[in-house]
Amino acid sequence: MSIIDKENELVESFAIYDDWMEKYEYIIELGKDLPIIDSTNKTDENIIKGCQSTVWLHAEKKDDKVVFTADADAIIAKGIIAILVDVLSNETPDTIIDAKLDFIKEIGLQEHLSPTRSNGLVAMVKQMKMYALALKMK
Amino acid sequence: MSFDVTNIRKQFPILQTKIGKYPLIYFDNGATSQKPQIVIDYINTYYETENANIHRGVHHLSQVSTENYEEARKTIQAYINAKKDYEVIFTQGTTDGINLVASSFGKLLKAGDEILISQMEHHSNIVPWQMLAEERELVLKYIPMNAAGELVMSELDTLLTEKTKLVSVTHISNALGTINPIAEIIEAAHKVGAKVLIDGAQSLQHMQIDVQDLDCDFLVFSGHKVFGPTGVGVLYGKEELLNEMPPYRGGGDMIKTVTLEKTTYNGLPHKFEAGTPNIIGGIAFGKAIEWLAGQDLEAIKQHEDELLAYATEKLDEIEGMQFYGTAKEKGSTISFLIEGTHPYDVGTLLNQQGVAVRTGHHCTQPIMDFYNIPGTIRASFSFYNTKEEIDQFIIALKKAVTMLS
Repeated sequence: MSIIDKENELVESFAIYDDWMEKYEYIIELGKDLPIIDSTNKTDENIIKGCQSTVWLHAEKKDDKVVFTADADAIIAKGIIAILVDVLSNETPDTIIDAKLDFIKEIGLQEHLSPTRSNGLVAMVKQMKMYALALKMK
Repeated sequence: MSFDVTNIRKQFPILQTKIGKYPLIYFDNGATSQKPQIVIDYINTYYETENANIHRGVHHLSQVSTENYEEARKTIQAYINAKKDYEVIFTQGTTDGINLVASSFGKLLKAGDEILISQMEHHSNIVPWQMLAEERELVLKYIPMNAAGELVMSELDTLLTEKTKLVSVTHISNALGTINPIAEIIEAAHKVGAKVLIDGAQSLQHMQIDVQDLDCDFLVFSGHKVFGPTGVGVLYGKEELLNEMPPYRGGGDMIKTVTLEKTTYNGLPHKFEAGTPNIIGGIAFGKAIEWLAGQDLEAIKQHEDELLAYATEKLDEIEGMQFYGTAKEKGSTISFLIEGTHPYDVGTLLNQQGVAVRTGHHCTQPIMDFYNIPGTIRASFSFYNTKEEIDQFIIALKKAVTMLS
């Protein structure tokens, strides 16, 4: 499935819920499917700066694809990183770097996150693209 | 005068706001207060009919603006009972006031002199002193606090020495709500000849302060936390001390004469007010104080005490509730965590239900280190809040906890 297909699927899933509290329940659910980072990779260098809760993110290259694993100490942050990992993991570095990720806006995620969390979301996306860029060079 | 919260609420238009389908419940008063209609209206009127620069022009509007600005200074002088109006220096806010004192009073200090602050200060009452201590080789000491979030006053006598030049403490802790025994601290500090700065950022909106009765040497506070606009605040200082201190910033308004060789400085308060100030900020702050002074301050205190007691009781019924800051003397601020939940998750889900609280370290990382926690959820009340809002807050909080566990 392409990144766009994955994005569309998420937009459709979120559209089922009218109430933002229900959408948050769904975000929390999605967090449970997050491929969890190996405990040895839970290092300070893998903490995403800009998140007010602690979010760890790791990336490695398998064949030509970037595979992300992550974890967070806050449940909603975990749900949000899970959504991003779902969309961006198992894609080539170039696809990740070029991804526009319009679904974030379409779902309304950014505006529904408190400013600190919204910054966190931006930091997460930025970090994932940085990893893709670094792995592309390898 | 009797206290009518319905009438008070009518004067704060923002309280009618809806967040999605939920009515706004504003419990972030420690961060900033909302503004009464009279202050909001005045800001419009000023720009529509009075706007001009002050202390300069001979023209009509400049004179009107200057008079209003100086009138605001007198209103604030009266409210804090300063001896002279020129002991009231307009600043950009509490942080700016502390930095002014650190910079100017700091120039009177020499290597080895000591500054005493406390373990529960806001970063703005820590960092300027650390910077000054580094620059001038001063010793910075801290009054410790106990698990309840109270200052350990028995340590005070050993911490104060003949080398202590300044004690700078908060009146009310922004993170914990603790009301510190500032009268006692001031008396003890004066015995060793130290001056005392009181950080009133969290207190002026809840109680009146009489600077002469208290005998503090400096008092700093912000306009926006006391129903006025942002970007303006006050430094009160005793006249002789302000005269002794060199100017803070150079520029227009703070000079008497300027030649290319030498400048002579203006007198108080202008010596510390370089450049065009936040004119409307100062005037509107005066209007806010005038409005506040017209309220029944005793009744306000009683209402806020009731809100604090009621919210504490209701929160305590929630399983896993842990309070931070359980001092005997507390302002209407509650910091807490709920076992098994992250404060950001709780804050986010409260926000979705219209409840505005603060989460995080509240610019008091040393307090969070003391309790070994990353942050708390803080609900801080003002007198326009109600018990009904607390009931709604508790319902929203319980819903959040259910979703997160």
